[in-house]
Amino acid sequence: MAITLSGDQAIAPPLSSRLSPAQVWGIVLLTPYFLVFLAFVVYPVCYGLWLARAPSNYVALYNDPIFARAAVNTLIFLVIGINIKMLIALFLSGFFAQQRTWIKWLSVIFILPWAVPSIPTILSVRFMLNPEWGIINHYIFAFTGDDGPNWLNDPTVALTMAIAVHIWKSLPFWTLILITGRLAISHDLFEAAEVDGASWWQKFRFITWPSMQTLYVTCTLLSMIWTLGDFNSVYLLTGGGPADLTHVLSTLGIRYLRLDQLSLAMASIVCAMPFVLPLVYFMMKRLSR
Amino acid sequence: MKLPGVSEFSWRDVATEARLLLIGIPVFLWTMIPIYHMFLFAISPKEDAFSGKLWPDHPTLHNFEIVFKQQHYFLRDFYVQFWNSVVIAAAVGALTLVVATAAAFSISRLKVPGGRMVLNLALFTYFIPAAFLAVPMYRTMGNYGLLNNRWSLILAMVTIASPYAIWVLKQASDKLPVELDEAAVMDGATTLQIFRLVYLPLMMPSLVAIGTYAVLLAWNEYLYAFLLLSNDQDITLPVALGNFLAADDSPWELLMTTGFIYALPPAAVYYAFRRYMVGGLTAGAVKS
Repeated sequence: MAITLSGDQAIAPPLSSRLSPAQVWGIVLLTPYFLVFLAFVVYPVCYGLWLARAPSNYVALYNDPIFARAAVNTLIFLVIGINIKMLIALFLSGFFAQQRTWIKWLSVIFILPWAVPSIPTILSVRFMLNPEWGIINHYIFAFTGDDGPNWLNDPTVALTMAIAVHIWKSLPFWTLILITGRLAISHDLFEAAEVDGASWWQKFRFITWPSMQTLYVTCTLLSMIWTLGDFNSVYLLTGGGPADLTHVLSTLGIRYLRLDQLSLAMASIVCAMPFVLPLVYFMMKRLSR
Repeated sequence: MKLPGVSEFSWRDVATEARLLLIGIPVFLWTMIPIYHMFLFAISPKEDAFSGKLWPDHPTLHNFEIVFKQQHYFLRDFYVQFWNSVVIAAAVGALTLVVATAAAFSISRLKVPGGRMVLNLALFTYFIPAAFLAVPMYRTMGNYGLLNNRWSLILAMVTIASPYAIWVLKQASDKLPVELDEAAVMDGATTLQIFRLVYLPLMMPSLVAIGTYAVLLAWNEYLYAFLLLSNDQDITLPVALGNFLAADDSPWELLMTTGFIYALPPAAVYYAFRRYMVGGLTAGAVKS
């Protein structure tokens, strides 16, 4: 960067006296962030990859049945969880775009799960699902006379509940983004369609969806990356249990870390790279446009 | 379509309203039940909390009293931990603002060479899933000798908050007319004077949004706090809440009360700054 500076001076001497101090300040002001990025993103990532380099780590992972289960769980989480979440967000963005006072108020409340911390709310759900004392089984018993299921003791049910918690927490954010996208569509288009007698579905199919498609795909991809990094939904609800059957890659990595098996932790994360890299590639391409 | 000025009763409007309510009511319940359940525990005596009632027979603030008077083994360090959360969130908010505002000014107004590249690199941080970055970050903090020091959490959260902050601030900066800077330069202002006297005042709404965002992010963080801090005196409130669970007979009503107290500030801050937040934070998202 310093080279560019002196180059400017050589090419345009009259400007240099005015531009150079600004550019020097530019570099000075950018430096703090650049150092943070080097110290806490670049270095850890490189160091982590270096730690995970030994093939023996991957053999150990391959032989750990928990790892295989976690990989499958992660896929379920991504494919089912995210698509359900994004479709609901798309649907609700239409609902919240309606001009009604009560809907405005509801949208103010709707944001709460995103604004409040995960730990108390997820633990609240965890207690609601408690088979003996939880409020859900209390009402199942009150209405049917039968004991409700032991929600978190069955890995399939527990994983479903973790996905539900994940959706509860992150739905408001994506709905908000999609509302912004929806409000950016020109209103004239809808009015013209209405004059032509277009149905609700036709308006969605031919106006809303084409305008929002790119945003929707971008949001889905970004949501996939962030969901891979979601530790709270699974850890706080199930702790990876029962019998370590509901781990996803993010909780598994932290589990190895807590067991002081750092190279295994890194290796389990490196195994997610085939998922992550295409997403990153696509996001970077979208971004540089 | 309804004609303006004609306010006749229409079955069609009623049907539309009913359909909207059919969506609205489940959305309301879905959103509020976990939060209400937490609140219900906080105001219930222990025996009511476990009985499945939707409203306690004898609502009480006794749980809050226990928490505020630290009358339980798990709450010995309540105030210290609450204070840790406050200090860390405030420091993350302030540092993120400093780092990100400087970077955004540099990239957007000073057009520093390579600025655009730094911004793209910065956003790359979000393409590493948070829990994945946490693993090497934990070890890195160990290498830097920062483990169990609140700076480790502060710096980790600044790292995570900054890219988005720079991105949003850069978008807002780009909207400011370049003539303002030029006029200030004509008047003989130095770069730092432009930054302080022209740029910062105009950016105030975005700065409020970003500051709030960073504070909330740090306040609500669990994973990094849980990994990087461990002594009872150093941990933040969420980590302390997580530690409640280690016991076999966790005092759930106190856990929920403490959780409720912990969840109040972000909700309050969010609502106080909502006007800035929603506009400021989603502005950059829909550019494409």
